[in-house]
Amino acid sequence: MLEELAEAPALKRVADALRERFGDAVLETVYERKELSFRLGARDLPAVLEFLKTGHDFNALNDMIGLDRLAPPGEGRKRFEILYQLYRFSDHRRARVVVEVGLSESVPSIVSLYGSADWAEREIFDMFGIRFEGHPDLRRIYLAEDFSGHPLRKDFPLEG
Amino acid sequence: MAFKEIELNMGPQHPSTHGVLRLKLRVDNEVVTSVEPVIGYLHRGMEKLWESQTYAQIVPMTDRLDYLAALSNNLGYVLAVEKLMGLEVPKRAQYIRVALVELQRLASHLAWVGFMANDIGAMSVLLYAFEDREAVLDIFEAYCGARLTVHGIRIGGVPFDLDETVAGMIRRVLDETPKKLADIEKLLNDNRIWLHRTRGVGVISAVDAVDLGLTGPALRATGVPWDIRRDLPYSSYEDFEFDVPVRTGGDVYDRYLVRLEEIRQSLRIVRQALDRLPPGPHLAKVPRLLKVPPGEVFHTIEAPKGELGFYIRANGTERPERVKMKSPSFINLQSLERMSKGYLFSDVVGILGSLDIVLGEIDK
Amino acid sequence: MTDDAGKFPFLLTKADLMITWAQKNSLWPFGSGLACCAIEMIATAAARYDISRFGMELFRASPRQADLFIVAGTVTNKMAPVVRRLWEQMADPKWVIAMGNCAVGGGPFPTYAVLQGVDKVIPVDVHIAGCPPTPQGLLHGLMILQKKIAATHPTQEIARPHARRAR
Repeated sequence: MLEELAEAPALKRVADALRERFGDAVLETVYERKELSFRLGARDLPAVLEFLKTGHDFNALNDMIGLDRLAPPGEGRKRFEILYQLYRFSDHRRARVVVEVGLSESVPSIVSLYGSADWAEREIFDMFGIRFEGHPDLRRIYLAEDFSGHPLRKDFPLEG
Repeated sequence: MAFKEIELNMGPQHPSTHGVLRLKLRVDNEVVTSVEPVIGYLHRGMEKLWESQTYAQIVPMTDRLDYLAALSNNLGYVLAVEKLMGLEVPKRAQYIRVALVELQRLASHLAWVGFMANDIGAMSVLLYAFEDREAVLDIFEAYCGARLTVHGIRIGGVPFDLDETVAGMIRRVLDETPKKLADIEKLLNDNRIWLHRTRGVGVISAVDAVDLGLTGPALRATGVPWDIRRDLPYSSYEDFEFDVPVRTGGDVYDRYLVRLEEIRQSLRIVRQALDRLPPGPHLAKVPRLLKVPPGEVFHTIEAPKGELGFYIRANGTERPERVKMKSPSFINLQSLERMSKGYLFSDVVGILGSLDIVLGEIDK
Repeated sequence: MTDDAGKFPFLLTKADLMITWAQKNSLWPFGSGLACCAIEMIATAAARYDISRFGMELFRASPRQADLFIVAGTVTNKMAPVVRRLWEQMADPKWVIAMGNCAVGGGPFPTYAVLQGVDKVIPVDVHIAGCPPTPQGLLHGLMILQKKIAATHPTQEIARPHARRAR
């Protein structure tokens, strides 16, 4: 898939710069359906996002997406994924950063980097129970404080 | 006389919170020092429900997200599925979609201006705007039988062709709406109370707006000329001529002007779509039970409220593994605190109104 | 009305009929907009459908000033206690309309977050199906409620306060 990246030189530059700067910390680079995504470990997330924001102008965080895979397809993969959907206004390009999280692990918060991550992280905490280290006010956003369980986990029944 | 800082609660049942939103405010005399929106009173668990529904079953559920612009939600989701499947949609269907979605923008902005003016105390505007909006709802009713939750866009195209009756109704609306807009502008644009309540209120800078992820008219009112229809065209928007209205004040008044100008641009787009409607089928050949190849996709469109997107992770079956909606109102509401700090308590109602939020898509 | 030689015009009727006639023609709805149905409720109040033809144009924002609770939209588990409290704040006599499939029975949301029908927390007088019901549907429901009010016996209910609850 990565050969197709040659069609999009602007994105290829981002991918190359990221690999040069972070080396093996970038576990995987995928280019599919004209969408570029990087897979990283949670530890490297703030540094990579800061690099993309300040060095490559990805100054908008469009969305944060949580995912529960329950049955991971490959060996050694962790249960949850968090996807950061980035955007830059200068040439209208998107990039996606994917972080894998285990059941009892937490992720560094990026609220200081992107203001829009505040509620998005609270939403993922509410729906998946993933904790964000350093979030200023991490609590449930949709459900009542006394609700038990995290609905978007695959082992949570639809009817509650 | 000096008062202490006090806490105020607004909602979840309040006429100006646009639904079941609750605001916890702290005010010093009358000046707002903090606003904390409490949401979730309309959280229906849609994203969980979608994981047990087929791809086609999800389309009518998206109507209930932003119920003031149901067709935009349909389009956002359907485009994401089509991108995932690599499905080519007939040109005629794309044009009909554009016409429908732009009419929906017209209806949504008209409802907004009515609610906004009503919040500020000009109730007659609500009655005028809703009457104008009814003309658009009549078109939807003639087209597919529903007024509000229309389900008017399907995976692969649109459910019905645009016949002469509906096209005639659309043309009548195109001819009459500018006059009605002029009426609304006459009531508001130079109205001293309106200007006093909106100008210089709820100001946000472009840098803050981008940091908070603000999109749509609220972003364009701060001077950022970003419109997905122009910058990342979808559904043949590149075929149409239209301007992207931008203002630089970043206040409530500018958001109002941007939306009103957007209505005019929507009328332009609809007229072009009708005039150039290409021949051909209105629905691609799609199997009854969709099986979507495994993969992931993130696709966004320019909805009336801002950037509306869907992330879909498919696992090769007839049901998605995860569908996440990127809701413009959710993001826009987040900026309420930064916009309201330092303004009067009574301005919070105007600022909240100017954000054009719909609780259905905030809470999901 | 009888005009006896132009002297004492008077109206002869039963107190019950008089009271219910007044009640059913001057319902003050409490506009509790919860979701999509609220938009159709507002459309019903706006110029085209004009709910004031039925004496109901006074949409109140406070439950204490209203006697008709139109539950317009999805009631979630988080909202249910609020709905109950709002209903309790309304003064008797009061009526409830469940507008739309969500308020009637949970609608298309059989999920962990949605109350499966508002009649689990408050008594409902009229159910209106639809997703959302059209303004005509809401008006039809209101006319059914008017018939229902006309058939009640308010004086008996004053004498025996529990009669109303038992009905």
